[in-house]
Amino acid sequence: MGEVTAVLGGGQSGFATSKFDALLGWARKYSLFQYPFVTACCGMEHMATAGARYDIERFGAGAPRFSPRQSDLLWVVGTITQKQAPALKRIYEQMTDPKYVIAFGTCASCGGFYDNYTTVPGIDKVIPVDVFIPGCPPRPEAVLDALILLQEKIQNGDRDPVVSAPRPVSPLVQIGLKPTDNT
Amino acid sequence: MSQLVLERLRARFGEKILQTSSFRGDDEAIVAPADWLEVATFLRDDPECAMNHFIDLTAVDYPEREPETPRFDLVLFVRSLVKKHRIRLKTRVREDQGVATLSQVWSGGDWTEREVYDMFGIKFDGHPDLRRILMYEEFKGYPLRKDYPINKTQPLVEYRDVGPSKLAPFGGDMGNPFGRIDWLQRLGGANRQVSPAIAVQQGQKKTLSSGTEEKN
Repeated sequence: MGEVTAVLGGGQSGFATSKFDALLGWARKYSLFQYPFVTACCGMEHMATAGARYDIERFGAGAPRFSPRQSDLLWVVGTITQKQAPALKRIYEQMTDPKYVIAFGTCASCGGFYDNYTTVPGIDKVIPVDVFIPGCPPRPEAVLDALILLQEKIQNGDRDPVVSAPRPVSPLVQIGLKPTDNT
Repeated sequence: MSQLVLERLRARFGEKILQTSSFRGDDEAIVAPADWLEVATFLRDDPECAMNHFIDLTAVDYPEREPETPRFDLVLFVRSLVKKHRIRLKTRVREDQGVATLSQVWSGGDWTEREVYDMFGIKFDGHPDLRRILMYEEFKGYPLRKDYPINKTQPLVEYRDVGPSKLAPFGGDMGNPFGRIDWLQRLGGANRQVSPAIAVQQGQKKTLSSGTEEKN
């Protein structure tokens, strides 16, 4: 809890002082209740992130809520069509304040390679977004990076949209390379 | 494969079969819109044809061939699971011209006709429920027509003012492992190929043997 401004002695039961905003941000960032709005293939990576190997619950964002009224973090995972946009906007409006939005993957961020009559070119045209995750799809590490970034933003009270920068890809992950290659 | 079906159609309908063609096992017959339902019913009911599997119904737009020929090709694919043959049946319809529904012949025709209506605006006479199936009701026009503007969108929700649309907030290759692979560097001196065609062009050694090379 880096937000503690001073720890004062008081016998065995010491106490700490902090600013109220910092305390509130600290409480909020580790109790994110998510609403997964999963529409496309990115959902597979979202499930992988929620699964045991990557285990998003370590970061205090483990509980999906399937009612927007009980959730404060909206994951928009996948392509949003013009036909779906009113539903997405309504879900966002039904969520409780404070509410945060993550655009998961290239399609949710800008429409991806769908440039046509039926796709919304980025969900920020419809609802405000806090964090964009690039990738088609993003790897689970990128999703966790974005979640940590969002938690920093919540702690700092920062509501400007940001992009979660991807990590360099390990050679073992890249296509066609064998573990013996040194490139 | 299904020359038999074409012969049955020609024997039964004669002049009503406007044109037939066969190419690499794909057989096709073209009929007038007025004969569409009759020919389809025959294909299903005739014991030699026995087309009991409705595969797909779709349309193709050729606006440039008007006014000599109607602009839409309506294309029907049906197949016989019993006789193991298939056929492609086409008819040519104008924009304002209806064609009889096939949803009473094959029930699979119901939703596919709604899709063709949604995308091309072709009316099906006698269809039980001819509404849009993919697009929303507020949508104006028919998006798969060639004269639908390629950039035209019809948002249901008014866009927020966040600058130009269709611009990613990040770089084009950001987050895509595929975009960052330097293929030229990877292939330089590497004894590995991306595709057989590139291997031939660049004189690389094949990874997979085709079995006809001389042994070293």
